[in-house]
Amino acid sequence: MTAALRAFMIKELRHILRDRQTLTILLLMPLVQVVLFGFALRSDVRDVRLVVVDSSPDYATYALRARFAAASRFRVVAVEPSMRAVEPLFRQGKADVAIAFEPDFAARLQSYGPARVLLAVDASDPNTATTMQAYARAVITAYEAELAAQRGQPLRIAPETRMRFNPTLESVNLFVPGLIALVLTLVSALMTAISLSREKERGTLEILLVSPLRPWQIIVGKVLPYLGLAFANVLTALLAAWLIFSVPFRGSLSLLLAESLLYSMVSLALGVLVASLTTSQRLAMLVALLVTMLPSALLSGMIFPLASMPAFLQWVSNIVPARWYLIIARGIMLKGVGLEYLWKETLVLGAMTLVLMTAAVRSFKPRVA
Amino acid sequence: MTEPAIAVRDLTRRFGGFTAVDSISFDVAPGEVFGFLGANGAGKTTAIRMLIGLLAPTSGEARVAGFDVVKQTEQIRHQIGYMSQRFSLYEDLTVLENIALYGGIYGLGAEQIAERSSAMLQSLGLADDLVGRLPLGRKQKLAFSVALLHEPAVVFLDEPTGGVDPITRRQFWELIYAAAEGGTTVFVTTHYMDEAEYCDRISIMVDGRIVTLGTPQELKSKWDVPTIDALFVKLARPA
Repeated sequence: MTAALRAFMIKELRHILRDRQTLTILLLMPLVQVVLFGFALRSDVRDVRLVVVDSSPDYATYALRARFAAASRFRVVAVEPSMRAVEPLFRQGKADVAIAFEPDFAARLQSYGPARVLLAVDASDPNTATTMQAYARAVITAYEAELAAQRGQPLRIAPETRMRFNPTLESVNLFVPGLIALVLTLVSALMTAISLSREKERGTLEILLVSPLRPWQIIVGKVLPYLGLAFANVLTALLAAWLIFSVPFRGSLSLLLAESLLYSMVSLALGVLVASLTTSQRLAMLVALLVTMLPSALLSGMIFPLASMPAFLQWVSNIVPARWYLIIARGIMLKGVGLEYLWKETLVLGAMTLVLMTAAVRSFKPRVA
Repeated sequence: MTEPAIAVRDLTRRFGGFTAVDSISFDVAPGEVFGFLGANGAGKTTAIRMLIGLLAPTSGEARVAGFDVVKQTEQIRHQIGYMSQRFSLYEDLTVLENIALYGGIYGLGAEQIAERSSAMLQSLGLADDLVGRLPLGRKQKLAFSVALLHEPAVVFLDEPTGGVDPITRRQFWELIYAAAEGGTTVFVTTHYMDEAEYCDRISIMVDGRIVTLGTPQELKSKWDVPTIDALFVKLARPA
């Protein structure tokens, strides 16, 4: 590392460390977001509105219906003879879960089953749907156990679940990788864009460009200190997720950190590009929000599953770096897989880094042709 | 005669159909204080940006400190200092931190930086405060001293005294003279015509062309005006 670059990086570090308020916000953000998202997404579900579909009522269906009616979390809003009535109730948002008994439920149960019930769950909010499904299954299992104890023999009720409106149910644990992506994007892209366009606005960039510092040194000097900050953020988010919500971490931490580094570089390059293509700090901030933060949150699969998006948006999501990072981070954290399964996504991020960094350095040419 | 510090031949810059700098030519001798005058929009800043390698000329050529501004920008960068019309030190850093930054960028060693910064603090009468807390006049003087930190052959000052009170301006010009006496060539643009009188030679630019060039004394007698101010109004008045 040359002395000029070192001097420049020291200056960048000083900027970051001197602005205590911004630094505090940046350092605490992952913690606050993990806590907020965590509680918002894992909030307990109360008052689940239940529709009972019972085409041939018998003692067993009545007994199970009574258990649901007695369960504090459920409220029976309708009893219907067929599934046809359920669809409109779901669409109007008047019901959350429907339970349908197959005909001759008691008879099948008597002949040691399995007697089947269908659970249809409104999964437009996937996290709530998981919880509601689990509650319903718990009621059924309790009844099953009760019967078995009475008869001295196991009786089987087989619940089958259908998630309506969102068949690819996302697990609650999925939010932590997404959150890390969001924080990295924010620190890397947004902060770099702001800090670089500030130099542009104040005229200090001109002085740097006239100096012997080369454009790549200016970019590297800008980017490295923020990388350090991004790293601290990843660790905070992971630690908070683990301590507060016991989100599992199954894979290799060093691989995740390396991939996070790669993703940060993509975001940093984007931030540099945004700064060099905009004319003011304010504009840079807005553009950075628009081209990095919003797609990372909305088009990456973090909040809305990609599979349920229209084909056009799915196609667009391919150029959103967060999409690939999310696959990698989820793979490592939740499935515990390694590079042998994630090399394709890693290559995509690597290629994006290369292209964007080159574009960023080029866009920084001191001399306007 | 030694090689000029700045040599400009038919330097031209067009932006689309608009000619910002129209075939200007002049020489500046080493150690000279050269006043580059012109109304707003006359093309002064465009010309400076070409001389410091921030903008490519459309045609013509220029050499600064003996190096070609198009082909030898890397060499030029070590030879020039630049102070733009916008204040250009970092306000959230202290005086010494700013000096350390530019010293490091220009490849000065730690000892040299320490030596020159304490000399600078002393001569400017500054403590090591955050630059943002200094009054404007002191900031400008500091920016000028920082632009000279690496002892460049040529220093470009783009309206260095904008918004500064007359006493500070006078002190600023004392710094300029001191630099010129030390052998540094000073290329300065200004809107204050009393400052123009302090220059060794001046040129006046109107609509991208240099309409007159010479010592203040020569120009006043040639155009038969009492002051440079009067000359400027006579030449630069928009048609």
